[in-house]
Amino acid sequence: MFAFCEDPSSIDGLTWLACYLTTGKHFDFYWSFITVLTLLAITAPVALAFGFAGAVAARSQFLPLRLLGQGYVAMVRGVPDIVFFLFFVIALDQGIEWLVHQARCPDWTEPIRNGLEFRVCPEAKVPSSRAPQTLHQLYGFGLAVVTFAIVFGAFAANVLYGAMRAVPRAQIETGEAYGMTSGQTFRRILVPQMWVYALPGLSNLWMILIKATPLLFLLGVQDIVYWARELGGTKTSAYAYPHPDWRVWYFLGLLVFYLLMTAVSERVMARLSARLSHGQATLAGETQRKAGR
Amino acid sequence: MTCWETVQAYAFRSLGYGERLLPREGFTICEHVTLIGSGLIWNVYFGACALAIGFILANGLAVAKASPVAVLRKPAEWFIFLFRGSPLFIQFFLAYETFVLLPKAGIDIPLGFTTITVATSWLTKAQAGALIVLILNTAAYSAEIFYGALRSVPRGDLEAADAYGMSGWSRFRRIVWPTMMRLGWPAYTNEAIFLFHATTLVFFSGFPAWRQQGDALYYANYFADKTFNPFLAYPIVAAYFIVLTLAIIGLFGLINRRLNRHLPANTRQRLRYRPQLVR
Repeated sequence: MFAFCEDPSSIDGLTWLACYLTTGKHFDFYWSFITVLTLLAITAPVALAFGFAGAVAARSQFLPLRLLGQGYVAMVRGVPDIVFFLFFVIALDQGIEWLVHQARCPDWTEPIRNGLEFRVCPEAKVPSSRAPQTLHQLYGFGLAVVTFAIVFGAFAANVLYGAMRAVPRAQIETGEAYGMTSGQTFRRILVPQMWVYALPGLSNLWMILIKATPLLFLLGVQDIVYWARELGGTKTSAYAYPHPDWRVWYFLGLLVFYLLMTAVSERVMARLSARLSHGQATLAGETQRKAGR
Repeated sequence: MTCWETVQAYAFRSLGYGERLLPREGFTICEHVTLIGSGLIWNVYFGACALAIGFILANGLAVAKASPVAVLRKPAEWFIFLFRGSPLFIQFFLAYETFVLLPKAGIDIPLGFTTITVATSWLTKAQAGALIVLILNTAAYSAEIFYGALRSVPRGDLEAADAYGMSGWSRFRRIVWPTMMRLGWPAYTNEAIFLFHATTLVFFSGFPAWRQQGDALYYANYFADKTFNPFLAYPIVAAYFIVLTLAIIGLFGLINRRLNRHLPANTRQRLRYRPQLVR
């Protein structure tokens, strides 16, 4: 990057470090932080949407829908999440390929599950084998996002289901007394009021989501853990910047990154909680009213 | 091979007994169930040991965090923030890389008259190194639970203790600690379940499985990689863990009953399992 980095073997000290930290691979490493933040930014709303749908389904009057919603919420209980992460990535991948296979190769006669192999016709490969490398990476990232959304959606559904039940019954009854339909009370009364009850659970979930992002590594995405291992490993003199095993330092960096993320989130959540409690008939809202804010 | 022979060959494979080679072809359901169940021994080992030692540590940390003395409070606060604020996955990696960096021959500690050599190589093995991380991690999470419980010990209980002339250690042992346990127990049950689930991370982070002796998820992953069929191995792990979770809930429910036995039946706390996975 810098002009004086032309010949790494001739420099030392801080100059060497400046050159070392600005190599192309290190920029890949810095980009992978963006990958993690992108994952968080996409997954959080999608998981919330999944959770909302799950909670609404679990409250439904219609029995099959209610069972579906409650089954979804109960799905994640009692089973380590990492099992879901490992399971869904393969299951989704094979499921998509199977569907494409059914659509594109209707006259394929060979069995798809042949002994130890899962074989679909070449046209059904997703993404196709001729696709550029970036598309494959994007597809892997997309699968990871969907997996995170499904697993965390179940947690969010659990939280939102509880929050919907926590809204005082009298509020709903008032809505009914005004002649609102059940859909109207849901939209105008229940949903606006439930967030203050949902916030503690959701902020806890956000913390858990942050701390789950290193699992991206297990899903085969080139994330910060991948690059920390790659860059930190011993580099012999065959490399431009030889160094001993520095993985400890890279992982310390990641640790600091996560601690910072947690600390910042805690601050933001505390602010948000104070904001949402404003004017609410809860203990926190009452305390604010008495303090004259 | 009949199913019974498979059980004989692989039931203790994760501990290094029985057949040396893992099954390579013609994977049967029986092999799946036996080998994954064999791996579960490690999950139980990690979970039970970490819980037992972490419990003692957590009590000390909770009391330290509630202490008015800054010298005790600050380190406890930082310890809890460090282990609760970062992913367990990263903690495993960091611990493993640190243990690997320790000199293989051991560390010499000069004591003036003699020198002690502390062996360090055992730390890089999962059964010791990962266990240490799990102990510290669960200690931090449990300490936060117990700290919350300690702060909500009713005032009246403390005043009654004062009225009886109790103070210091005897007040803590007879009044504060039992109430703290009683109030914190439902949340602690969740933490225990959570910890058993977290043990599946051990062989997926820094710690390598030695001679293919891994935990339940390690073998499930082995099968899924070999057969390209996730629909058999992972549901088996899931089923094992549901049974394990139910066993923990049962055991902790018994302790909860004992902790609450002096209360009238309608004010007792029921155990509720609120899942929160992934640290």
